[in-house]
Amino acid sequence: MKENMTNKKFYLVGIAIALAIAGFLSFYASSSPDGLEKVAIDLGFIDSAKDSAVAGSALADYGVAGLDNERLSVGIAGVIGIIATGLIMVLIIRLIGKKRD
Amino acid sequence: MHIPDGFINIPTASASAALAATGLGYSVRAAREKLDEKAAPLVGLVAVFIFAGQMINFPVAAGTSGHLLGGALAAVLVGPHAASLALTVVLAIQALLFADGGLTALGLNVFNMSIVGVWGGYGAFLLMRKIFRYTRTSVMVGSAVGAFLSVPLAATFFSIQYAIGGAGTFAPSTVFAAMFSTHILIGIGEAIITTLTVGAILKTRPDLVFGMLKERV
Repeated sequence: MKENMTNKKFYLVGIAIALAIAGFLSFYASSSPDGLEKVAIDLGFIDSAKDSAVAGSALADYGVAGLDNERLSVGIAGVIGIIATGLIMVLIIRLIGKKRD
Repeated sequence: MHIPDGFINIPTASASAALAATGLGYSVRAAREKLDEKAAPLVGLVAVFIFAGQMINFPVAAGTSGHLLGGALAAVLVGPHAASLALTVVLAIQALLFADGGLTALGLNVFNMSIVGVWGGYGAFLLMRKIFRYTRTSVMVGSAVGAFLSVPLAATFFSIQYAIGGAGTFAPSTVFAAMFSTHILIGIGEAIITTLTVGAILKTRPDLVFGMLKERV
């Protein structure tokens, strides 16, 4: 039997991959409209979309407001998203998860 | 896939939010039984991985892109209840921090992705696993089929919501046909990413994969 990877290594590698995708690879994502946007454009209801109430926020559309370097802007936004998601998950799991005895 | 504000009226969005909240409440109650020290960290990792994966739009046809939904992936890795929770956290952060998906549309998006995407994908996965038994191959096949189907299924629910409360007056069949055909293509990408990811974790830590565990299903 092959040994399973240790917890520490598994989670460190997992977090590193997520950070690399959100912080680096995200710059290379396709900027074409996504499936729903494309359908809305083709059928002609894209104009009914309204700006979200937070559309003017500092991180709207995965960019850091005022940062012109696009690679840096989307990368930092991605890393912030990863950290925010991770923190909220830890918080929720602590709140609802089984207590350690 | 993320519905912006304005596409669908507030009553329909509110009804979806109520349904989504009911499903989520049920999921959280069921998930807490299983969130022990061994299972919990993977739920967190799945959430951050889906956040990252959803940033990567891949081209699917001329002028169209798609990105990971992650519902089937999360369900196979951590079970459908924890998966709904993880997806909802991702969607909430996207809507609140990044203006991705509308605020009034959050209930629609949670319903379509965290509930329909997760359970639709997981249902197809269970069916495949029943046919092919508990082997790594069957978990991989089930992940691929579940992921593939989850995307057009979520798109179908958008079409239903649009038929009920859409801002436009298009024939429901027109919206459905366009949504379904586009999202079938995105489903192929979903299946590839999901299968590769499940495969990688089956190689390194098969003991953590919910879809492999008999006693926890």
